[in-house]
Amino acid sequence: MALTTSKLDPASAAIDETCLAGEPWIRTIRCGQVFRILDLEGNQAVDTLFYSAHDVEEHYSATDTIMRQAALYLTTGSVLYSSEGRPMLTIVADTCGRHDTLGGACAAESNSVRYALDKLHMHCCRDNFVLGLIECGRQDAQAAKLGLGKRDLVPNINFFMNVPVTPEGELNFVDGISAAGKYVEMRAEMDVVCVISNCPQLNNPCNAYNPTPVRLLVWNPQ
Amino acid sequence: MSAAALPLWEYSVPAGTHWSGLLRRGVALRLTDLNGGANCAVIFFNPEQKLERYNMPDTLKAQHTGLITRGHCLYSDMGRIFCSVVADTVGWHDPLCGVSDAGLARRKYGESHYQQQRNDMIRNGRDSLLVELGKYGLGKRDLGPTINFFSKVTADAQGRLSFHPRHSKAGDSVDLRFEMNTLVALSTAPHPLDPDPQYRPGAVRLTALRAAPAAADDYCRNLCPENQRGFANTERYTALA
Repeated sequence: MALTTSKLDPASAAIDETCLAGEPWIRTIRCGQVFRILDLEGNQAVDTLFYSAHDVEEHYSATDTIMRQAALYLTTGSVLYSSEGRPMLTIVADTCGRHDTLGGACAAESNSVRYALDKLHMHCCRDNFVLGLIECGRQDAQAAKLGLGKRDLVPNINFFMNVPVTPEGELNFVDGISAAGKYVEMRAEMDVVCVISNCPQLNNPCNAYNPTPVRLLVWNPQ
Repeated sequence: MSAAALPLWEYSVPAGTHWSGLLRRGVALRLTDLNGGANCAVIFFNPEQKLERYNMPDTLKAQHTGLITRGHCLYSDMGRIFCSVVADTVGWHDPLCGVSDAGLARRKYGESHYQQQRNDMIRNGRDSLLVELGKYGLGKRDLGPTINFFSKVTADAQGRLSFHPRHSKAGDSVDLRFEMNTLVALSTAPHPLDPDPQYRPGAVRLTALRAAPAAADDYCRNLCPENQRGFANTERYTALA
């Protein structure tokens, strides 16, 4: 895996914020801006969706991203495609090396299937996404205009997660390849709304059962 | 042939076209590739609550699989099972790649218009499914990943994908037993990674059959503990149905 670093200086970022585990983060990112997600403590799943900032019907599409590049994993050079087949963002730096397109978000109901029926009450990415979208005007007025909701929760990217599919077709969540300080950086190719759930999952060893904060930075076009 | 084995109904979906309909709990739908090399992109919704829909990640991670075959259950985003794959002569169906769209079809096959070609016009998977979804008040926001029945796509260690041409043979079939009432929409347009420069879609016959409820020792129910819990969730939902 080829790793690519960035020369951008956090001191010059227009946005530099921390999102705690189990909380949502929603911001509009303009065409040409560069967006970095930094794994502060290592192997944190950052469940991420993108929508056109101007058209609620155009969303990040896992299948378009996979099919149009005939590739399952994301790294430097990968394009994140929309449901209209248009590039939304391009990954321009990546010190982790691989990010997941297939694992989706944890939900109360899927936790009941995956772990035990009595896990239904536990906090999860889907609950985080749903409330984050209902309340998104608190974070970003532009995003609130889209009127996003549960209907729009399509399969998301899991930055820093490693979910390989073998040639025989087996899929597994395996130990992460991320670590404290690793980051992924992408350039917006259109105006997008970024919706993150910083994953609160406590049932899966992929994050060592320990959800942790992430740092989110946005730079204006250089 | 016993009465139970007589089809409730049959319909052959012509190559490259689309269909939708309601399949109720207790019915199995057999998809048959009539001429070999077909692709049948399928999505599912709960007709009683259309915000509940097929969820590709939940289906794959619950069963630790990147393919669909006998034993697998196709999950909604609400931890329930729309249908389970009770028989399969193919062995591998693709859940990863979604469908083609108008731009991809035009680049691969060239311009195609009804004015010249009538019902032989080239249809793409996305527009076909949007037509069917539109009949139920659903639209672009609701169109997520499909299961591409009869198509095989494998990944190498780096995640690079390979499409396996004409994976399915004439007469191959897959049986879906519906565990809850389900709205089904499908397209028989070619798979988006099919490298064939000629537009050669395949026809698929739909056969609806009566199906007994999944028994305690059912193969799909017991494929993994996750499926036992998925059946428990589904049977709570259908308990008074």
